[in-house]
Amino acid sequence: MTDTIRFVLDGNVVTLRDVDPTRTVLQYLREDRQRTGTKEGCAEGDCGACTVVVAELSADRNRLQYRAINSCIQFLPTLDGKELITVESLAADDAQLHPVQQAMVDCHGAQCGFCTPGFVMSLFAVYKTQENPSRKDIDDALAGNLCRCTGYRPIIDAAKKMYEYGSEISSEDQHWMNCSFSSATENAIEPSEMMTVELLRSLAHSQTLHVQHGNKQYFAPTSLAEFAQLVEKHPDACILAGGTDVGLWVTKQFRDLHTVLYIGNVRELHSASVNRKHLDIGAAVTLTDAMPLIIEHYPDLEELFLRFASPPIRNAGTLGGNIANASPIGDTMPVLIAIGTTIILRKGSKTREIALDDFYLDYQKTASKPGEFVERIRIPLPGKNQCVRTYKLSKRFDQDISAVCGAYALRLKDRRVDHVRVAYGGVAAIPKRAQECEKALLGKEWTEETVRAGMAALDTDYSPIGDMRASKEYRQLTTRNLLYRFWLESSGYEGETNVYNYSR
Amino acid sequence: MSTTTRASQDRPRIVGAVGTSVTHDSASLHVNGGAQYTDDITEPRGLLHAALGISTHAHALIKKIDLSAVTAAEGVVAVMDASGIPGKNDFGAVVADDPIFSASVVQYVGQPIFAVAADTVDAARRAALLAKIEYEDLDAILDADKAVKEGSFILPTETIKTGDSRSALRKSKHRLSGRVLLGGQDQFYLEGQIAIAVPREDGDFLIYSSTQHPGEVQHAVAHAIGKLSKDVVVECRRMGGAFGGKESQPALFACVAALLANKTGRAVKLRLDRDTDMIVTGKRHDFIIDYDVGFDKTGRINAVELTYASRCGMSADLSGAINDRTMFHSDNAYFLENATIVSHRCKTHTVSNTAFRGFGGPQGMFGIEYVVDEIARHLKIDPLDVRKRNFYGIDDRNVTPYKQKIEDNIILELTEQLEESSDYRARRAEIRAWNNNSKILKRGIALTPVKFGISFTATHLNQAGALLHIYTDGTVHLNHGGTEMGQGLFTKVAQVVAEELQIDIDRIKITASDTSKVPNASATAASSGSDLNGKAAQNAAIAIKERLVAFAAEHFGTAPDAVVFENNRVKVGKQDLAFAELVRLAYMARTSLSATGFYKTPKITYDRSTFSGRPFYYYAYGAAVSEVIIDTLTGENRVIRADLLHDCGKSINPAIDLGQIEGAFIQGVGWLTSEELWWNEKGELKTHAPSTYKIPTCSDLPVDFRVTMLESAANREATIHRSKAVGEPPLMLALSVFHAVKDAIASIDGYEQSPCLNAPTTPECILHSIDELQSRMTSEERKTG
Repeated sequence: MTDTIRFVLDGNVVTLRDVDPTRTVLQYLREDRQRTGTKEGCAEGDCGACTVVVAELSADRNRLQYRAINSCIQFLPTLDGKELITVESLAADDAQLHPVQQAMVDCHGAQCGFCTPGFVMSLFAVYKTQENPSRKDIDDALAGNLCRCTGYRPIIDAAKKMYEYGSEISSEDQHWMNCSFSSATENAIEPSEMMTVELLRSLAHSQTLHVQHGNKQYFAPTSLAEFAQLVEKHPDACILAGGTDVGLWVTKQFRDLHTVLYIGNVRELHSASVNRKHLDIGAAVTLTDAMPLIIEHYPDLEELFLRFASPPIRNAGTLGGNIANASPIGDTMPVLIAIGTTIILRKGSKTREIALDDFYLDYQKTASKPGEFVERIRIPLPGKNQCVRTYKLSKRFDQDISAVCGAYALRLKDRRVDHVRVAYGGVAAIPKRAQECEKALLGKEWTEETVRAGMAALDTDYSPIGDMRASKEYRQLTTRNLLYRFWLESSGYEGETNVYNYSR
Repeated sequence: MSTTTRASQDRPRIVGAVGTSVTHDSASLHVNGGAQYTDDITEPRGLLHAALGISTHAHALIKKIDLSAVTAAEGVVAVMDASGIPGKNDFGAVVADDPIFSASVVQYVGQPIFAVAADTVDAARRAALLAKIEYEDLDAILDADKAVKEGSFILPTETIKTGDSRSALRKSKHRLSGRVLLGGQDQFYLEGQIAIAVPREDGDFLIYSSTQHPGEVQHAVAHAIGKLSKDVVVECRRMGGAFGGKESQPALFACVAALLANKTGRAVKLRLDRDTDMIVTGKRHDFIIDYDVGFDKTGRINAVELTYASRCGMSADLSGAINDRTMFHSDNAYFLENATIVSHRCKTHTVSNTAFRGFGGPQGMFGIEYVVDEIARHLKIDPLDVRKRNFYGIDDRNVTPYKQKIEDNIILELTEQLEESSDYRARRAEIRAWNNNSKILKRGIALTPVKFGISFTATHLNQAGALLHIYTDGTVHLNHGGTEMGQGLFTKVAQVVAEELQIDIDRIKITASDTSKVPNASATAASSGSDLNGKAAQNAAIAIKERLVAFAAEHFGTAPDAVVFENNRVKVGKQDLAFAELVRLAYMARTSLSATGFYKTPKITYDRSTFSGRPFYYYAYGAAVSEVIIDTLTGENRVIRADLLHDCGKSINPAIDLGQIEGAFIQGVGWLTSEELWWNEKGELKTHAPSTYKIPTCSDLPVDFRVTMLESAANREATIHRSKAVGEPPLMLALSVFHAVKDAIASIDGYEQSPCLNAPTTPECILHSIDELQSRMTSEERKTG
């Protein structure tokens, strides 16, 4: 057990004790360290003004892995063992701008400048991990950063131009920042980055971090057994993964979280594997890491995953968190239900497997019992001739929450529906299968007439409500229409069905 | 993109000359985190943090306010409601109807009732939630429709009449009428509202405020705490975006901070969180627009009657001038011989709507553009042809409904240039063919023009001041009444001074807007910042330069016209010395090296009682072609190409102007597509954070985006270096996107009927429009079948 948070900032190890465990990284930077370059724009991880980069040791512990995150909803103790990089960290000792910064200046990428540090940090993460980003890559990387002034064109230009300054800027003492593409390419690691690697190795430990502050406490165990024990001991505790929702409970709802159990340091829960039957993903695997594994087997899910929140949210958030949080509008659940995903729940040393479909009981109510938690997610590999699609409807393409999210898994045999699963988010209190619709389709010939019957049945399956995202009528109509789109796409329609193919 | 600079070719040039694309003066600070916004200023000793307690009812009597739990909460130092205000309980910009704290009646969900000051932000915000307030609900009017029906107006209804629309309508061969709804828009500046009040000796106050109008903050604070203007200084180095949202609104937050500081004797900071900001502050006015238009078979308008009903909210704020500007832009670029333009300024129990880039102009244009499009679809003529047919003429058909003769009309040539460069005709044909073969997805295209009047319509606001010091080392301290919100005003004004004195721009220190340096400055608004402050600063520079010339001529015994300033040096006859050297010599000879500059816009005369005269010094022009694609199953939509051609006159800084054009366009696209403000039946705004209110992101920028500034388009009026204002006009280029969406929807009926389409065109709105059109198609079939 240790009570000390240790992380690296500008080449120095920062040690903290007795801090409020739900204090955000942004509050720490601005209020405790007077590092005011990082801004608060929304305190909910939706605008990106607070973006910082966190570097962690790579799996082989020889490199750094750079990830942009939203500091406004990231709790301070989660930095333990990592390096924090802020906009102030970037310029060299002689105040010379980093290539990312210089490109932003030269491209007129800032007008009011308030969002700029966040953009700089998102671009910095790109600079460290990608070599020649396409417009699509740039759009994706910046999906979590809002700019109200520029219209983005000059920022996109900067994202392309930043690679032109590499050699110009490197100085003799090789500021650790000046080594481009270090984790993306085979280039030798720069001495300065090596220093950080060494520092992070020295900070690595297998103890449980326990931060106590007044009546608040925070545990970050490193083994599954210990974590399971703590959950049993503190059944009312808040289990924290990426904090992309929990953070808002604190910043927006002023909830006092007395006991926080952080899942992010539990070794076993970071593993992901694949066998003949399924993908097996640990609850602490971030969305950024989980998504490519899933896309490999389900390429049609790529668009959904790219439109799932933003890179900083996906870098922090986990698939397990998205599932356990039980939001009716979580984007991954409809498709995971449609393809028959199961989850492993653990209580102490006992585990049980439950279909995701059966996990959700009612609005934010799940089948997990006190002391139990989501340990792993098992995603079946696609069956032969299975057609899987998921469609998300929202007002904005990127970083928006679904009004309706539909998912479909279909297998035909002799042109008849041999297997079908339909699930929707946004149209009920939980992500839910459309059983009447499935009944209407099963065994029928996959024709327009059949799909029309299925569409009609959806009105029985769901009675959505209207809210700020969409009216009841829109949800009803598009719930039907998305099934129609699926029919078109799975029955050989040759025309275009996706507007987004025209804008990227 | 034609952003080439016009720097002169032969003689060596200073850095930052007028016409060059120097980077924003704070660019390096923006990217390294060093640029200080109000919340970044080192906090004074003992600073307290404030939070607002706000109404949860739209319209109610306050029966009882119990703040005991607030006062008792941890960390709380002071609590204040209306009863504790020593001065005037009002911050209204024009009319005294905007209480700082409501005392007896609340008129919108979010109206401040009290404020609390505590040791930390968190303590203040938590404490503010503990108030027990008893309400007695009153009937609430939440939308303009109900307000008009009940005759609820915040200001009198106004009318502009030209010709005789009634009889001309009756005589028209073709006639159409209808209604269209146009949504509002949140400014969504990334930096929220904030003010810091620092008590000084003798009861004086220094206020740091994120404001477009430091002078108004100064007056409001003085009134609130029972002081005079001389007792309050307001400073603002920069804002993290404003867009009109920081024109009248910041006064409220500065007043609250000052009241609490006055009460406690300690500095107080009030920084709103995003949700409170969006709930408490005004937005772009939403409108209901009714039209009745008569036209001939070519689409030329004989007569039009337009009724604009805007939702002003609970107070007047700037709604008078905003709705005036709506009326002034209900012609856009079209000659309206017989027109009646009626403007209702509805009082509703919602947040008081306020300035937002365009200031009512975009809504005015939206109305007439909708009408023109309806005419074209009725006659089955390309809407562009109907637009051109109705353009203002050069020698005739050139007088606006408010009787201003248009002397600088370039709209036809500009439009034709864009029509050709964007390949509009061929693309329209190609799109029609494509749509025939695409069952689910449909594309649409539209070209819309913009003519936007430049000047504050309140004539007295068209003045500006500047203050310039030259130090003995030849460096310059520059101050003026304008504020920097990201638009690059400080950079452009510095370029003007650099050009005038012929010194490099980095010899000039650009300083914070400060009411103690330049008094009584107008808000930085109406796109007028560079026009007004550029001229004022130029006049200040000329004043000092004239003194330097007189000194040099006398000192070196030459004629004054033999003194030439060029590239950091001064030639005096055969002498050639550094600028700094001349300054030093002038100082030794006891020459004043400080000057103020003043400017007032010439030629504008306007009588508001008749809505006639010349409210605008000149017009800025532009046009855009947008192409969109929509999904007829879901309403999802994308802008796939946009071609913009805009007139900036002779640009002082092409890169900055280009930034304004692009940024305004995308902001306008947001307004008309994804940015939906949604209130529930209780009058609660439910889209009050970026999670629910969707401004454009990077991927919403059209992949094919072609922006051009009109070449060699010097302003015909003698504006600063013949440039044109560029802050607002390009926002309205986004009307092309709305009309392209409408065009795409029209294709589902083979362009036979015109869709009913409101804005913003969210997927839901588009699908609703498709649905409505399809139901008309079905009933047509029924009739014919």
